[in-house]
Amino acid sequence: MRVRFRGIFPSLPLSLTVFIFGLLLADEITSGQIALALLLALLIPQVARRLDREFARVATLRPLPKLVLVMLYDIVRSNIQVAKLVLGPQSAIRSGWVWMPLDLTNIHGITALASLITLTPGTISAELSDDRRYLLIHALNLTDPEALIDEIKTRYEAPLKEIFP
Amino acid sequence: MNPVVELLLSLLLLVSSFFTLVGSIGLVKLTDFFKRLHAPTKATTLGVGCVLIVSIFYHALIGNSFHPREVLISVFLLITAPISAHMMAKAALSLRLKKRPQCPTDETPDPSEDDSVEVGGSDPI
Repeated sequence: MRVRFRGIFPSLPLSLTVFIFGLLLADEITSGQIALALLLALLIPQVARRLDREFARVATLRPLPKLVLVMLYDIVRSNIQVAKLVLGPQSAIRSGWVWMPLDLTNIHGITALASLITLTPGTISAELSDDRRYLLIHALNLTDPEALIDEIKTRYEAPLKEIFP
Repeated sequence: MNPVVELLLSLLLLVSSFFTLVGSIGLVKLTDFFKRLHAPTKATTLGVGCVLIVSIFYHALIGNSFHPREVLISVFLLITAPISAHMMAKAALSLRLKKRPQCPTDETPDPSEDDSVEVGGSDPI
């Protein structure tokens, strides 16, 4: 029974998420919409299982609210910085590359970290090294690479390491 | 609707227009491809974010049928925006192997060897 259940629902959280999103996308909840959402919740995890054999394993969600608040604060703060740089003289912009050594080993954690780095203005994650140990970051204004790496490590990587051990 | 709330929402809309405008200016003004990538992907997160917040509050306060579509938009936006930026950065990196910064690990080839296979030449992207 258990084997068959896992065959139908490879990842219950993924199926639930797809189901809820399917319902949210509909204008009003009708039986047809529920059937469609159920169908998607059945099919999409099946496709996802073939694309990616490792589903995300989440250990704890406790650091998440603080991480979201830190992220929102950083987005606002760095947006203002980037706006100043864009409107100011070109010669003041010192962009550059940094390879950041990663402590995270979980591939889903690295994905989340790379997305967070790109979402906060002023930094873009460009590439992950083949051995998954370094992340290439492009910074619009690179004054102190060590400080940048330090900031990313303490603000984002540490809480992500708790969520995805 | 309360005039104070209306004023606040209008202010937020102005803020969002400002940051969207800055993003577009940056796209035109900045010189290097990677610098350009920063402006639209970044300045717009706050721009679109503010519009969504205004939309949520406007519909919630005006009171006709609250719908969570703004939440959905922000979720999709937050998931897809970094991915497209990442793909563009990766594509630009492989077009300009000469300028590729060398990885601290040994496995990545030395940049000097890559000169012969460079595709993009010195054309600015």
